[in-house]
Amino acid sequence: MSTRAFNVSEIRKDFPILTQQVHGRKLVFLDSAASAQKPRVVIDAMVRVMEMQYANVHRGLHWMSERTSDAYEAARDKVAAFLNARAREEIVFTRNATESINLVAYSYGRTALRPGDAVVVSEMEHHANLVPWQILRDAHGVELRIAKITDSGEIDWESLEAQFADGKVKLLAITHMSNVLGSYTPAERLVAFAHARGAKVLLDGCQAIVHRAVDVQALDVDFYVFSGHKLYGPTGIGVLYAKREILEAMPPFLAGGEMIDSVSYERATWAPPPYRFEAGTPAIIETIGLGAAIDYVQAIGLDAIAAHERELTVHGLKMLAGIEGLRVLGSAQDRGGVLTFTMEDAHAHDIATLLDRQGIAVRAGRHCAEPLMGRMGVSAAARASFALYTTVEEIDALGEGLARIKQIFK
Amino acid sequence: MSSTVQELYQALIVERSKAPRFSGRPEVFDAQGRGENAMCGDRVQVFWQRGGVVRHEAHGCAILTASADLMAQAVAGKSPAQVAAMRGAFEEVVTSGRENPALGDLNALAGVAQYRARIRCATLPWAALAEALKEGQVHG
Ligand SMILES: Cc1ncc(COP(=O)(O)O)c(C=O)c1O
Repeated sequence: MSTRAFNVSEIRKDFPILTQQVHGRKLVFLDSAASAQKPRVVIDAMVRVMEMQYANVHRGLHWMSERTSDAYEAARDKVAAFLNARAREEIVFTRNATESINLVAYSYGRTALRPGDAVVVSEMEHHANLVPWQILRDAHGVELRIAKITDSGEIDWESLEAQFADGKVKLLAITHMSNVLGSYTPAERLVAFAHARGAKVLLDGCQAIVHRAVDVQALDVDFYVFSGHKLYGPTGIGVLYAKREILEAMPPFLAGGEMIDSVSYERATWAPPPYRFEAGTPAIIETIGLGAAIDYVQAIGLDAIAAHERELTVHGLKMLAGIEGLRVLGSAQDRGGVLTFTMEDAHAHDIATLLDRQGIAVRAGRHCAEPLMGRMGVSAAARASFALYTTVEEIDALGEGLARIKQIFK
Repeated sequence: MSSTVQELYQALIVERSKAPRFSGRPEVFDAQGRGENAMCGDRVQVFWQRGGVVRHEAHGCAILTASADLMAQAVAGKSPAQVAAMRGAFEEVVTSGRENPALGDLNALAGVAQYRARIRCATLPWAALAEALKEGQVHG
């Protein structure tokens, strides 16, 4: 794939929404970690399907259905190549990462895991990678263990060792990058660690996938999940990657059309993966949109994106460090463009409202990670997050906005 | 900064959020109520004493704390029925953005109407007070 030279002002032209104004001011969108904006190519790809070649997939014997099925399945190939999966059958389409994790917790969790086995998650998980395991614990009698993180927001290896010591742990489900602290977890080392102790690994790649190239074979990870909407794709489409032999042994999550081989009034036999896990009419248009988003980021190149975002993160951290009374949560060595902070003088909600009036969008609250907020000793925090279209000037605008807020509450 | 934001964070609100006049748990009280905003974790506890003396403990944003404090000031000496009526009038102000001359300083929060997600910050103390005054909890 050819990569074009990274030029942020050119890139911004690809995103129609970035020319919008908010409250009469230029939009400064610093909430991409919640959901990213969409480039023209994604929007166009979705419109094109609906205008030119739309029908249900895998069902019709007619031209429209076949073309749509081809486009839908081409998106699977794109995701497989993007993750460097061994086979396209290892890619299951879901609604979002949340559904992917629930699918694993339900289907894998209630069959491959036995009562008395343990699942480990970390203290810095999004609710999406905590609550499904709590439900599994209550329904199926597995133990749920929480591995500690350090104050800097990194894995506490001593704690992790301790959790694994009794040999009961069969699954480590952990974030690849924290949506609050910005820390990357050392995925390769974690997978090797868990495998050496007889446990499989699920990585929540919602944040990481946007900022770094991910190679599931190099990581040797068993499950990898992410959502399309944070990767410049549409909402309503998510991905579950799992090793083929694991998927083959898993029973369906949802049942209905598409996921069966043959059905009588008495029983049904299941289709092989990935279709076994794609019951019902899928998000056809969104899946094709995700394919276009992957083409888009690959054309720019994840290394170029990562370099740009590293520069933004360094700049952002320096800017925030210059504001008295401001505390950034987490200080991991290996961190990405997610900066969560509190200010002595102003509460996170007041910060968000006051920035919004200046056209600056940040997130405020608990970031779907309530236990982590408690762990870090705060009740709410504001978060600025960066994307490939973010500029240094926007980060400076944030700095000026925060200075004004200090002024108001001085 | 645009004028609306200054309208919302006018001096009275900033002042009361930083230095509330009616905060702190009293040693004796006749009823209490609490409110929590699950989305952000903000919470407030309200203590009521017969005769209409109200104190609060607010943990949250400037709007929440200022609203709790201005509420405690506004309801001083009022009966539960008067408090209920005032709550209705106040909610009208913060949802419509139209000031109500009868509500005095409470009108400082009228600007919150522009920020849908923040209306609850302003109304939470009132919900907590209503809980304290709920039938069965308070007699007289
Ligand atoms: C780390 C992480 N995990 C999981 C999720 C859940 O993603 P979704 O809501 O798209 O399922 C998010 C998104 O907020 C996230 O940041």
